[in-house]
Amino acid sequence: MLNRQGRPSQAGESGMNSAKTFTGNRALEQVEPLLFEIGRLETTGVDLDEPQAFTPRLGGLERQDGIGLPGLSEPETMRHFVRLSQKNYAIDTGIFPLGSCTMKHNPRLNEAMARLPGFADIHPLQPQSTVQGALDLIAQLKEWLKELTGMPDVDMTPKAGAHGELSGMMAIKAAIIAKGEAATRTVVLVPESAHGTNPATAALIGFTVKPVPARENGLVHIDDVKALLGPDIAAIMLTNPNTCGLFEKDIVAIADAVHEAGAFFYCDGANFNAIVGKVRPGDLGVDAMHINLHKTFSTPHGGGGPGAGPVVLSARLAAFAPLPLLEKNGNGFALCESEKTAEARGAHPYGRITAFQGQMGMFVRAFSYMLSHGADGMRQASEDAVLNANYIRAGLRDLMSQPFGDKPCMHEALFDDQWLKETGVTTLDFAKAMIDEGFHPMTMYFPLVVHGAMLIEPTESESKASLDLFVAALRDLAMAAKAGDTERFTQAPRLAPRRRLDETLAARKPVLKWVPPVPLSEAAE
Amino acid sequence: MADTRYTKDHEYIRIEGDTGIVGITSYAQEQLGDVVFVELPSVGKKVDQGAEAAVVESVKAASEIYAPVAGEVVAVNDALESAPGTVNEDPTGSGWFMKIRIADSSQLNGLMSEADYKAYLDTLS
Amino acid sequence: MRYLPHSDTERADMLAAIGVGAIDDLFTGVPADKMLKGPVNLPRRKSELEVARILGSLAAKNVPASTVPFFVGAGAYKHHVPATVDHLIQRSEFLTSYTPYQPEIAQGTLQYLFEFQTQVATLTGMDVANASMYDGSTACGEAVLMAHRVTKRNKAILSGGLHPHYAEVVETLSYMANDRVMRLPADVKAAEDIIALIDNETSCVVVQTPDVFGNLRNLRAIADACHAKGALLIAVFTEAVSLGLVTPPGAMGADIVVGEGQSIGNALNFGGPYVGLFATKSQYVRQMPGRLCGETVDAEGRRGFVLTLSTREQHIRRDKATSNICTNSGLCSLAFTAHMTLLGSEGLARLARINHAHAVKLADMLANVKGVEVLNQSFFNEFTLKLGKPAASVVEALAAKKILAGVPVSRLLPGAGLDDLLILASTEVNTDEDRAILVAALKEVL
Repeated sequence: MLNRQGRPSQAGESGMNSAKTFTGNRALEQVEPLLFEIGRLETTGVDLDEPQAFTPRLGGLERQDGIGLPGLSEPETMRHFVRLSQKNYAIDTGIFPLGSCTMKHNPRLNEAMARLPGFADIHPLQPQSTVQGALDLIAQLKEWLKELTGMPDVDMTPKAGAHGELSGMMAIKAAIIAKGEAATRTVVLVPESAHGTNPATAALIGFTVKPVPARENGLVHIDDVKALLGPDIAAIMLTNPNTCGLFEKDIVAIADAVHEAGAFFYCDGANFNAIVGKVRPGDLGVDAMHINLHKTFSTPHGGGGPGAGPVVLSARLAAFAPLPLLEKNGNGFALCESEKTAEARGAHPYGRITAFQGQMGMFVRAFSYMLSHGADGMRQASEDAVLNANYIRAGLRDLMSQPFGDKPCMHEALFDDQWLKETGVTTLDFAKAMIDEGFHPMTMYFPLVVHGAMLIEPTESESKASLDLFVAALRDLAMAAKAGDTERFTQAPRLAPRRRLDETLAARKPVLKWVPPVPLSEAAE
Repeated sequence: MADTRYTKDHEYIRIEGDTGIVGITSYAQEQLGDVVFVELPSVGKKVDQGAEAAVVESVKAASEIYAPVAGEVVAVNDALESAPGTVNEDPTGSGWFMKIRIADSSQLNGLMSEADYKAYLDTLS
Repeated sequence: MRYLPHSDTERADMLAAIGVGAIDDLFTGVPADKMLKGPVNLPRRKSELEVARILGSLAAKNVPASTVPFFVGAGAYKHHVPATVDHLIQRSEFLTSYTPYQPEIAQGTLQYLFEFQTQVATLTGMDVANASMYDGSTACGEAVLMAHRVTKRNKAILSGGLHPHYAEVVETLSYMANDRVMRLPADVKAAEDIIALIDNETSCVVVQTPDVFGNLRNLRAIADACHAKGALLIAVFTEAVSLGLVTPPGAMGADIVVGEGQSIGNALNFGGPYVGLFATKSQYVRQMPGRLCGETVDAEGRRGFVLTLSTREQHIRRDKATSNICTNSGLCSLAFTAHMTLLGSEGLARLARINHAHAVKLADMLANVKGVEVLNQSFFNEFTLKLGKPAASVVEALAAKKILAGVPVSRLLPGAGLDDLLILASTEVNTDEDRAILVAALKEVL
């Protein structure tokens, strides 16, 4: 049952010829070399005048060698990166059903708002009297997050979800230290189905990780948690809705038991988007939960960041939030940036996790999204996300197998590879065949507790027509797999900018940067 | 005359006098897929039985290799650094990991013989 | 609601297809008594126009850098970013894509990450760079953890020239991870003797150059001393443009180089998002945190790029991962790469010379103001002034005159007894007029 091996990584056999053209281009799909291969050392795409002669004051540390990075003119730069962009799949080009990742529509109003000079062109350390509007926005966003989660405080500083986990767990550790239990409470419970960041975070700050087994129904059972609780347990890290796309129905009982044992309840809020406006983590006994603004509140994923991961905190943890703290006083808003000042106000910040006050650019985008939706719209978005996932589940349930039986899911539908047995097609092959059909594959081989997992999260952004086409295409693929048309899968993708890539070669002989083919004259010392 | 013993984690130890050559079995390399990196202990390191002695990585997984018996690492297979694929090609030959000077040969008795290991593999499939 | 495609009829049809009567039949896993009965207590939805008005009025209460003479630095810098850069990062295919987990349809992201890694490694003078961290401060924290893994020791020594916020990030991580850290007192004039403190238990020494007070530091002797004791030298910078003009840390023997990349391609954004740069020597690559992109070939033998050496990462290694980092700062690294491509070696070197020239000019003008002392022997585009009175009040007085004059050291190091020190930066955006206004106003408020 447990998938311990990860996914296969063999490149498929070559089965399709490249288009034979003189240039290697294929009409709209252009071959694009590395910028270093087309750039020249003397070329620059900016006009800057040499400063008037002056006496440098570099203390004898002038660079001795040339920098050695070719440049491009402005038109070449534009073409280079636009051509690269055309080799990417994106939400704006099609459904991006990566389970657990929440690839929803990114409204461009948010981009426009984040670029207002009053937000984008202000410095984190300029006088606070000159950034009152920015601090006001952060304060309002905090209030919205508090209302949506039913939690009394928010730490806005974390730069991403995993960073939020780290901050939340640090607050928990600080609370444990304050209770004088640091020496005894050293273990953190993490279900086997958890995101890898959970155990990595706990281990990073010195906790020992103990797994909570997964039950046949995909849920964590209260009895399993109770059996592990004791004076050595610092916290449990539980994702809810969980990575199988299910709401942990024992969650309140688990929270009670954890608290009774003197431990804390960290909730991984990666899937908060399923329940916004429907149920509040604060009503479930959560002590800390990060919110991925780039998932739930539509800030763009940007090819892997930047994200933002504010952490809501319970009353037991609020005092331990890190610096800087945002406060309102007679003159407006102020940042409390020193431990001493914070202590004087009864707070005990555990420290600091980043240089400044968090991802302002993401705050503006998220707040723009929240204002646009309002209370009614956010509730509707959650409902539509759950509706869409179940619609896909219902459309595929007769062909594909569900590991935990035919029952409603939250915002993502989970299938396993039981139904592919004996077909010669793996989850990976199936995913790659989806690429040829013009879709981004679903999350695969995660959660680890499900064999050959396929986790599909359509989000609320997909129309019924889009879902109908997606379901129809997956049904066609599923029937082809069962009918023995394995080549459609093992050879896939055949129509993407690249066929399967040799990950083994990449890992065995890492080439991690471009190296000039012949020594550049400038680089020679 | 070389006697080889096996663990449930699919390490083998081929006994040569008071030392043993440790590696992973053919079954293990097949399960792992293409090995891309092997992290070996330093020579002279003392390991307990069952302690983590090396790490073997495929593209998508990293697995700890545990010492089948307690002892001192007296040699490691440096060739794996530049050619980790040897573990796939010849796991019980040139794809060996390390040589351990066996501290207590009675620990070998707790390991599986070749026949036992084959029977054990049958239970896994 | 404009972002939600379904009509109520479609919703009803879909519920019927699923086989349930109402939407809440899909929420049956949620404890019934915990379900909210209606919308939360927040305003209802708003049109684009209404949202733009609300946010526009909040934005209007701030003073943007480009509207005033602006000399604020100390970790983030106002530079001109070419219009091309912002256009490129708003391309849908970059903006709305995910981490390149399916490399066949993410070669655009992967190739620019490979280009980014090349640029960062080359600029810093190191062998390899990763695909970015959250920002300079978290990169610094991760570098210390990495040094602990490499050396199997756990004591870090932090220079008194390290940005205090960076030092606090390291201190926090160390405290939480039960590692040791020795942080030296503020070293305004780059006079500390850090070498004397390195012992056989030292894992790493962390030195910033240009340091937070603007001083350039020669790292060679520190690197040698580190290596003699089996420790690593971590070099830090907060102003990436400086690498266009000063000797890169890699050429001075640094083992890990981390820094803030905001200056190239990225706006000030009130502190984030930024882009952390992280580079090291080849032999340490497997101890590196964060994502790495590598070159390979596809099934037809064509060059392509993939994320590689992933077994270091949390999604595979879980509690044994090198870091818990998941997201990096993808789009900000694209901004860095696009801007760096436009600059090229030539443009970056010239931009750096302009920055230095502007700072030298400003320092000379300020040195002639009564009651002002320039403390730096060396600097790039930032230096520290000693004023006759608390710098915070001077900065406030100047802000009232619509001049943003720098960062009082008391804001970074409250209670350190350095209240009369002011850190000023001067970049290419400052004009002669800006400098003249600042000097004249400073004479008035001092």
